[in-house]
Amino acid sequence: MDWLVTPFATNGFMVQALVAGVLVSIACAIAGTFIILRGLAFIGDALAHGVLPGIAVAMLAGFSGILGAAIGAAVMIGGITLITQRSRLSSDTAIGLLFVGMLSLGVAIVSRSNSFSGDLTRILFGEILGISVQSIIIQLAATLVIMAIAIICARPFLLLSFDPEQAEVAGFPARLYHNVMLFMIAITVIVSFQTVGTLLVFGLLVAPAGAGALLAHRIEAMMAWAALFGIFSMYSGLLISYHFDLAAGAAIILVTIVIFFIVFVIQNLRQRRTALTEEPNHA
Amino acid sequence: MLNPRKDAVLPSDGADGPAPSTETPYVRAKGLSVGYTNEIIVPDISFEIPPGEAFALIGTNGSGKSTLLKTIVGLLPPMGGQLSVFGMPPGNNHARIAYLGQFHHSGFVLPLRVIDVVRMGRFPHYGLWQRIGRRDDEIVRSAVRTMGIEKLVDMPLRSLSGGQQQRTYLAQVLAHQADLLVLDEPTTGLDAGGRELYLRAINDEVCRGASVIIATHNIHDEAALCRQVMLLARKVVSLGAPEQVITPEALLETFGIAVTGDKSVQVFECQRRDDTQGFGPNIPRR
Repeated sequence: MDWLVTPFATNGFMVQALVAGVLVSIACAIAGTFIILRGLAFIGDALAHGVLPGIAVAMLAGFSGILGAAIGAAVMIGGITLITQRSRLSSDTAIGLLFVGMLSLGVAIVSRSNSFSGDLTRILFGEILGISVQSIIIQLAATLVIMAIAIICARPFLLLSFDPEQAEVAGFPARLYHNVMLFMIAITVIVSFQTVGTLLVFGLLVAPAGAGALLAHRIEAMMAWAALFGIFSMYSGLLISYHFDLAAGAAIILVTIVIFFIVFVIQNLRQRRTALTEEPNHA
Repeated sequence: MLNPRKDAVLPSDGADGPAPSTETPYVRAKGLSVGYTNEIIVPDISFEIPPGEAFALIGTNGSGKSTLLKTIVGLLPPMGGQLSVFGMPPGNNHARIAYLGQFHHSGFVLPLRVIDVVRMGRFPHYGLWQRIGRRDDEIVRSAVRTMGIEKLVDMPLRSLSGGQQQRTYLAQVLAHQADLLVLDEPTTGLDAGGRELYLRAINDEVCRGASVIIATHNIHDEAALCRQVMLLARKVVSLGAPEQVITPEALLETFGIAVTGDKSVQVFECQRRDDTQGFGPNIPRR
């Protein structure tokens, strides 16, 4: 019991990390659910890396990393839209191009910094143990905005996930709500990168929601499972990191991935068992 | 359009039969061309669909059926000519049009129960905000009963067979209580029972005063039961009453092969269902 509570009871930074982690887990659960349902995984990944040069510039010029990330995300989405609309290339190609371009631009910018590897590590893997109260307030605001978007757009998002044409015919312009969804994903990435880093935030977006998708029969339930798995991963990842002196961001993401595979295996075993018990009836 | 049209929602449950065809047609096309920016698929289409009528589009895959339907519901812009839906350009009457597309993108990931899918049929009436009430739940339940999927309502969509999913999509369309139903190959995957329920449901929709446009390649089933039939093969091969249109020569031109068409075509038009007989070959001639 001591092992589970003391790290948080005696260290202010652990509490702040956990609070930030809970907020980010909720945001990622909502955004991640739609990433999976709409097949936006690649664009989510690209956004997570596209913010890198923005953060790097912010770090060198001394303004807020979150603002830099927002600029990076805007450039990324703008670039993808431009290429897909003005050429015959599919969005995968556009995303792939910008993804690599922004990533190398980010690394190139950071390499100008005096503490190259330290800065790069912080951006790529996060600094959840050094999160400020100000960052937590921004994360809280962003999480509330994301929840508001998900509630207001519940019907169009549901229709869009079901069939974009149905959304359009039902009077919810598919492109408009698709862009709102991208905006929501972008906000999530922008406020989440500080906790687990740009390289790993994608794991937090898809692993808990993916496990939720295996379990849930309703979208709300999928989000709830995703938030639960995310929060649990944050808590246990922080504990593991504290006790075994491991990188916190990586420990958290490892837990999310382990949870996903546990759920996956359990679901498969359950399905096999129901298939076996149903077989005699069909025979 | 986010403003619900309450007046369009109310089902006209008086069984007064189809509205007289002297009214303004629900759909009117004149010299309409449909297709995509670089390619016209079907040129020069003219037809009218009055309220309370069923209209069939018959043709092979790639004949332009789906393109025409998508243009009518506003998913594709008309490429020329005139098209009005409820007296307006297409894409303006979301609350009055229900559409069943041919392909469903919702793979097996989507965690939705059957009831959630059917309930989506009520969304066009309420936009983002307005509450979906108890009366809507009744409409949803009734649509579920009509398609015979009461026992499946709490099942996840992804666990259903293709035919059961198709019944669910049809129930969604019925729950819309639209004035115009646009159905692209609605019988795909349906078994004999499902087909029967579907034909009854379309009959009820027509009785309610709704118009139905059905794209199909099944000339023996619902196509022969519609008031008007249009044969499509990247052009309008013929248009008219089924007994005039469904001729061996026209079918040869439409399908490219000789089809042994059932000569005794019958017209489907708001059959009273006091008898327990099914539809299909037994529908009395008008």
